[in-house]
Amino acid sequence: MKRLAAFIFVLSASMASADSSLPPSRYADTQLADPRQEAKASALMQTLRCLVCQGQSIADSEAEVAGDMRGLVRERIQAGEEPEAVRTWLVERYGNWVSYRPPLAPVTWPLWAAPLVFLAGGAWLARGRFRRRG
Amino acid sequence: MKRWLLWLPLILFLLVLGLVALGLVKPANRTVRSQLLGKAMPAMTLPAILLGHPGFHSSGGGPRLVNVFASWCVPCAVEVGQLAELRKKGIAIDGIAVRDRPDDLARFLSRYGDPYRAIGSDSESRSMIALGSSGVPESFIVDARGIIRYQHVGAIGPQDLGDVLRAYEAAQ
Repeated sequence: MKRLAAFIFVLSASMASADSSLPPSRYADTQLADPRQEAKASALMQTLRCLVCQGQSIADSEAEVAGDMRGLVRERIQAGEEPEAVRTWLVERYGNWVSYRPPLAPVTWPLWAAPLVFLAGGAWLARGRFRRRG
Repeated sequence: MKRWLLWLPLILFLLVLGLVALGLVKPANRTVRSQLLGKAMPAMTLPAILLGHPGFHSSGGGPRLVNVFASWCVPCAVEVGQLAELRKKGIAIDGIAVRDRPDDLARFLSRYGDPYRAIGSDSESRSMIALGSSGVPESFIVDARGIIRYQHVGAIGPQDLGDVLRAYEAAQ
Protein backbone atom coordinates (compact mmCIF):
# COMPACT_ATOMS: atom_id res chain seq x y z
CA MET A 1 0.00 0.00 0.00
CA LYS A 2 2.77 2.37 0.99
CA ARG A 3 4.60 1.45 -2.18
CA LEU A 4 1.53 2.11 -4.28
CA ALA A 5 1.04 5.47 -2.59
CA ALA A 6 4.67 6.34 -3.25
CA PHE A 7 4.31 5.30 -6.87
CA ILE A 8 1.20 7.40 -7.34
CA PHE A 9 2.93 10.33 -5.68
CA VAL A 10 5.93 10.08 -7.97
CA LEU A 11 3.68 9.72 -10.99
CA SER A 12 1.57 12.73 -10.06
CA ALA A 13 4.68 14.69 -9.21
CA SER A 14 6.20 14.05 -12.61
CA MET A 15 2.95 14.94 -14.30
CA ALA A 16 2.57 18.09 -12.24
CA SER A 17 6.08 19.18 -13.06
CA ALA A 18 5.70 18.56 -16.77
CA ASP A 19 3.84 21.69 -17.73
CA SER A 20 2.75 25.06 -16.50
CA SER A 21 -0.83 26.23 -16.60
CA LEU A 22 -0.19 29.20 -18.87
CA PRO A 23 -1.34 29.07 -22.51
CA PRO A 24 1.32 28.43 -25.18
CA SER A 25 3.33 31.30 -26.56
CA ARG A 26 1.52 33.31 -29.24
CA TYR A 27 3.41 31.95 -32.23
CA ALA A 28 4.02 28.47 -30.82
CA ASP A 29 1.38 26.91 -33.06
CA THR A 30 0.38 29.82 -35.26
CA GLN A 31 2.03 30.44 -38.59
CA LEU A 32 3.36 33.83 -39.54
CA ALA A 33 1.14 35.87 -41.87
CA ASP A 34 3.89 36.24 -44.48
CA PRO A 35 4.35 32.84 -46.19
CA ARG A 36 7.97 33.58 -47.08
CA GLN A 37 8.83 34.35 -43.48
CA GLU A 38 6.92 31.30 -42.31
CA ALA A 39 8.86 29.11 -44.74
CA LYS A 40 12.15 30.49 -43.38
CA ALA A 41 11.04 30.00 -39.78
CA SER A 42 9.76 26.52 -40.44
CA ALA A 43 12.99 25.43 -42.16
CA LEU A 44 14.96 26.75 -39.20
CA MET A 45 12.70 25.11 -36.62
CA GLN A 46 13.26 21.73 -38.23
CA THR A 47 16.98 22.04 -37.59
CA LEU A 48 16.84 23.18 -33.96
CA ARG A 49 16.86 20.67 -31.17
CA CYS A 50 14.25 20.70 -28.44
CA LEU A 51 15.93 21.33 -25.08
CA VAL A 52 14.05 18.75 -23.07
CA CYS A 53 13.18 16.03 -25.56
CA GLN A 54 16.68 16.02 -27.12
CA GLY A 55 15.78 13.58 -29.90
CA GLN A 56 13.25 15.86 -31.57
CA SER A 57 13.39 19.14 -33.40
CA ILE A 58 11.36 22.00 -31.98
CA ALA A 59 9.12 21.72 -35.04
CA ASP A 60 8.18 18.15 -34.06
CA SER A 61 8.10 18.39 -30.31
CA GLU A 62 5.01 19.05 -28.25
CA ALA A 63 6.99 20.02 -25.16
CA GLU A 64 6.08 23.39 -23.73
CA VAL A 65 9.58 24.76 -24.05
CA ALA A 66 9.64 23.71 -27.71
CA GLY A 67 6.51 25.81 -28.19
CA ASP A 68 8.23 28.75 -26.54
CA MET A 69 11.25 28.25 -28.80
CA ARG A 70 9.01 28.20 -31.88
CA GLY A 71 7.44 31.42 -30.64
CA LEU A 72 10.87 32.93 -30.22
CA VAL A 73 12.04 31.82 -33.68
CA ARG A 74 8.89 33.09 -35.42
CA GLU A 75 8.96 36.45 -33.64
CA ARG A 76 12.60 37.01 -34.52
CA ILE A 77 12.06 36.04 -38.16
CA GLN A 78 9.01 38.30 -38.25
CA ALA A 79 11.14 41.14 -36.91
CA GLY A 80 13.38 40.68 -39.96
CA GLU A 81 16.18 38.63 -38.46
CA GLU A 82 17.94 36.10 -40.70
CA PRO A 83 17.46 32.43 -39.74
CA GLU A 84 21.21 31.89 -39.38
CA ALA A 85 21.41 34.82 -36.93
CA VAL A 86 18.72 33.19 -34.79
CA ARG A 87 20.63 29.91 -34.94
CA THR A 88 23.84 31.66 -33.91
CA TRP A 89 22.03 33.34 -31.01
CA LEU A 90 20.86 29.97 -29.73
CA VAL A 91 24.23 28.29 -30.29
CA GLU A 92 25.83 31.06 -28.21
CA ARG A 93 23.61 29.93 -25.35
CA TYR A 94 23.41 26.17 -25.69
CA GLY A 95 26.39 25.27 -27.83
CA ASN A 96 26.30 23.44 -31.17
CA TRP A 97 24.23 20.86 -29.42
CA VAL A 98 21.07 22.88 -30.03
CA SER A 99 21.52 22.85 -33.80
CA TYR A 100 20.98 19.82 -36.01
CA ARG A 101 23.35 21.30 -38.59
CA PRO A 102 26.88 20.59 -37.39
CA PRO A 103 29.43 23.24 -38.41
CA LEU A 104 32.63 22.28 -40.25
CA ALA A 105 35.18 22.19 -37.42
CA PRO A 106 38.11 19.92 -36.53
CA VAL A 107 35.83 17.84 -34.27
CA THR A 108 33.30 17.30 -37.04
CA TRP A 109 35.73 16.61 -39.89
CA PRO A 110 35.28 12.82 -39.58
CA LEU A 111 31.54 13.34 -39.78
CA TRP A 112 31.75 15.36 -42.98
CA ALA A 113 34.48 13.17 -44.45
CA ALA A 114 32.70 9.87 -43.71
CA PRO A 115 30.46 9.90 -46.84
CA LEU A 116 33.46 10.58 -49.08
CA VAL A 117 35.48 7.85 -47.37
CA PHE A 118 32.65 5.36 -47.78
CA LEU A 119 32.16 6.35 -51.43
CA ALA A 120 35.86 5.92 -52.10
CA GLY A 121 35.84 2.54 -50.33
CA GLY A 122 32.84 1.45 -52.37
CA ALA A 123 34.46 2.54 -55.59
CA TRP A 124 37.60 0.62 -54.67
CA LEU A 125 35.57 -2.55 -53.97
CA ALA A 126 33.55 -2.17 -57.17
CA ARG A 127 36.70 -1.63 -59.22
CA GLY A 128 38.07 -4.95 -57.96
CA ARG A 129 34.87 -6.75 -58.96
CA PHE A 130 34.79 -5.24 -62.45
CA ARG A 131 38.42 -5.99 -63.12
CA ARG A 132 37.98 -9.66 -62.26
CA ARG A 133 34.96 -9.95 -64.55
CA GLY A 134 36.70 -8.25 -67.45
CA MET B 1 40.25 -13.84 -50.85
CA LYS B 2 42.40 -13.86 -47.78
CA ARG B 3 41.14 -16.07 -44.97
CA TRP B 4 41.38 -13.39 -42.28
CA LEU B 5 38.94 -11.22 -44.21
CA LEU B 6 36.25 -13.75 -43.30
CA TRP B 7 36.52 -12.62 -39.69
CA LEU B 8 36.11 -8.96 -40.53
CA PRO B 9 32.27 -8.88 -40.26
CA LEU B 10 32.41 -10.62 -36.86
CA ILE B 11 35.03 -8.17 -35.63
CA LEU B 12 32.93 -5.23 -36.83
CA PHE B 13 29.88 -6.74 -35.12
CA LEU B 14 31.78 -7.13 -31.85
CA LEU B 15 32.98 -3.53 -32.08
CA VAL B 16 29.40 -2.29 -32.48
CA LEU B 17 28.27 -4.56 -29.65
CA GLY B 18 31.01 -3.16 -27.44
CA LEU B 19 29.95 0.38 -28.26
CA VAL B 20 26.34 -0.37 -27.35
CA ALA B 21 27.37 -2.17 -24.14
CA LEU B 22 29.49 0.83 -23.17
CA GLY B 23 26.46 3.06 -23.60
CA LEU B 24 24.50 0.80 -21.24
CA VAL B 25 27.20 0.66 -18.60
CA LYS B 26 28.14 4.32 -18.78
CA PRO B 27 25.28 6.42 -20.15
CA ALA B 28 26.24 9.71 -21.75
CA ASN B 29 25.74 12.86 -19.71
CA ARG B 30 22.80 14.66 -21.29
CA THR B 31 22.91 17.72 -19.08
CA VAL B 32 22.68 20.85 -21.18
CA ARG B 33 25.11 23.45 -19.87
CA SER B 34 24.80 27.13 -20.57
CA GLN B 35 27.57 28.50 -22.78
CA LEU B 36 27.34 31.85 -21.01
CA LEU B 37 29.58 30.87 -18.08
CA GLY B 38 32.27 33.54 -17.78
CA LYS B 39 30.24 35.89 -19.95
CA ALA B 40 28.00 38.81 -19.10
CA MET B 41 24.44 38.12 -18.11
CA PRO B 42 22.17 38.97 -21.08
CA ALA B 43 20.36 42.27 -20.57
CA MET B 44 16.81 41.70 -19.38
CA THR B 45 14.16 43.43 -17.35
CA LEU B 46 11.30 41.29 -16.15
CA PRO B 47 8.13 42.74 -14.65
CA ALA B 48 7.20 42.00 -11.07
CA ILE B 49 4.71 39.20 -10.65
CA LEU B 50 3.86 39.66 -6.97
CA LEU B 51 3.33 42.66 -4.75
CA GLY B 52 6.18 42.91 -2.28
CA HIS B 53 8.81 41.61 -4.70
CA PRO B 54 10.39 43.90 -7.26
CA GLY B 55 10.84 42.60 -10.80
CA PHE B 56 14.09 41.19 -12.11
CA HIS B 57 16.88 43.28 -13.63
CA SER B 58 19.97 41.81 -15.23
CA SER B 59 22.17 44.72 -14.12
CA GLY B 60 22.98 45.93 -10.62
CA GLY B 61 22.07 44.12 -7.45
CA GLY B 62 25.59 43.04 -6.53
CA PRO B 63 26.71 39.42 -6.42
CA ARG B 64 23.73 37.10 -6.28
CA LEU B 65 22.17 33.79 -7.09
CA VAL B 66 19.69 33.89 -9.96
CA ASN B 67 17.20 31.09 -9.56
CA VAL B 68 15.12 30.01 -12.55
CA PHE B 69 12.06 28.36 -11.04
CA ALA B 70 8.29 27.94 -11.22
CA SER B 71 5.47 27.18 -8.84
CA TRP B 72 4.36 24.29 -11.07
CA CYS B 73 7.75 22.61 -10.77
CA VAL B 74 7.95 20.01 -8.02
CA PRO B 75 11.76 19.90 -7.64
CA CYS B 76 11.62 23.69 -7.15
CA ALA B 77 9.47 23.19 -4.05
CA VAL B 78 12.11 20.84 -2.68
CA GLU B 79 14.85 23.32 -3.50
CA VAL B 80 13.36 26.30 -1.62
CA GLY B 81 14.66 24.93 1.71
CA GLN B 82 18.24 25.04 0.44
CA LEU B 83 17.72 28.51 -1.00
CA ALA B 84 16.55 29.65 2.45
CA GLU B 85 19.82 28.30 3.89
CA LEU B 86 21.81 30.25 1.33
CA ARG B 87 19.79 33.37 2.07
CA LYS B 88 20.63 32.97 5.77
CA LYS B 89 24.30 32.92 4.81
CA GLY B 90 23.82 36.32 3.19
CA ILE B 91 23.39 35.41 -0.47
CA ALA B 92 20.88 37.55 -2.32
CA ILE B 93 18.50 35.37 -4.29
CA ASP B 94 16.68 36.77 -7.30
CA GLY B 95 14.08 34.59 -8.96
CA ILE B 96 12.94 34.25 -12.55
CA ALA B 97 9.47 32.70 -12.43
CA VAL B 98 8.95 30.77 -15.65
CA ARG B 99 5.39 30.62 -17.04
CA ASP B 100 3.86 31.38 -13.69
CA ARG B 101 0.66 32.94 -12.39
CA PRO B 102 0.59 35.33 -9.43
CA ASP B 103 -1.96 33.26 -7.47
CA ASP B 104 -0.05 30.01 -7.96
CA LEU B 105 3.22 31.67 -7.07
CA ALA B 106 1.83 33.31 -3.91
CA ARG B 107 0.50 29.92 -2.79
CA PHE B 108 3.86 28.29 -3.56
CA LEU B 109 5.78 30.86 -1.50
CA SER B 110 3.44 30.75 1.48
CA ARG B 111 3.58 26.96 1.48
CA TYR B 112 7.29 26.34 0.98
CA GLY B 113 8.90 29.60 2.13
CA ASP B 114 10.08 32.72 0.40
CA PRO B 115 13.85 33.23 0.10
CA TYR B 116 13.53 35.63 -2.84
CA ARG B 117 14.61 39.27 -2.93
CA ALA B 118 13.18 39.94 -6.37
CA ILE B 119 10.99 37.85 -8.68
CA GLY B 120 10.57 38.61 -12.37
CA SER B 121 7.88 37.07 -14.52
CA ASP B 122 9.05 35.15 -17.59
CA SER B 123 5.73 34.22 -19.14
CA GLU B 124 7.07 32.70 -22.37
CA SER B 125 10.38 31.23 -21.11
CA ARG B 126 12.26 33.92 -23.07
CA SER B 127 14.64 34.84 -20.28
CA MET B 128 15.19 31.21 -19.45
CA ILE B 129 16.29 30.62 -23.06
CA ALA B 130 18.34 33.84 -23.11
CA LEU B 131 20.28 32.46 -20.12
CA GLY B 132 20.98 29.17 -21.84
CA SER B 133 18.90 27.34 -19.28
CA SER B 134 16.96 24.32 -20.45
CA GLY B 135 14.39 24.06 -17.71
CA VAL B 136 13.43 24.61 -14.10
CA PRO B 137 15.00 24.65 -11.61
CA GLU B 138 18.39 26.04 -12.52
CA SER B 139 20.57 28.48 -10.64
CA PHE B 140 23.27 30.88 -11.77
CA ILE B 141 25.76 32.73 -9.63
CA VAL B 142 26.35 36.19 -11.01
CA ASP B 143 29.16 38.40 -9.69
CA ALA B 144 29.00 42.13 -8.95
CA ARG B 145 30.06 42.97 -12.51
CA GLY B 146 27.21 40.94 -13.93
CA ILE B 147 29.36 38.02 -15.14
CA ILE B 148 27.84 34.55 -14.84
CA ARG B 149 30.25 32.49 -12.75
CA TYR B 150 28.49 29.24 -11.99
CA GLN B 151 25.53 27.21 -13.13
CA HIS B 152 23.69 24.54 -11.21
CA VAL B 153 21.33 22.41 -13.29
CA GLY B 154 18.43 20.92 -11.36
CA ALA B 155 17.39 21.43 -7.77
CA ILE B 156 20.08 22.48 -5.29
CA GLY B 157 20.04 19.64 -2.77
CA PRO B 158 21.55 19.68 0.73
CA GLN B 159 24.63 17.96 -0.74
CA ASP B 160 25.14 20.82 -3.22
CA LEU B 161 25.23 23.65 -0.68
CA GLY B 162 29.01 23.43 -0.25
CA ASP B 163 29.65 23.75 -3.98
CA VAL B 164 27.25 26.65 -4.34
CA LEU B 165 28.73 28.50 -1.36
CA ARG B 166 32.26 28.02 -2.68
CA ALA B 167 31.22 29.26 -6.10
CA TYR B 168 29.59 32.28 -4.51
CA GLU B 169 32.68 33.11 -2.49
CA ALA B 170 34.84 32.71 -5.59
CA ALA B 171 32.58 35.16 -7.39
CA GLN B 172 33.05 37.87 -4.74
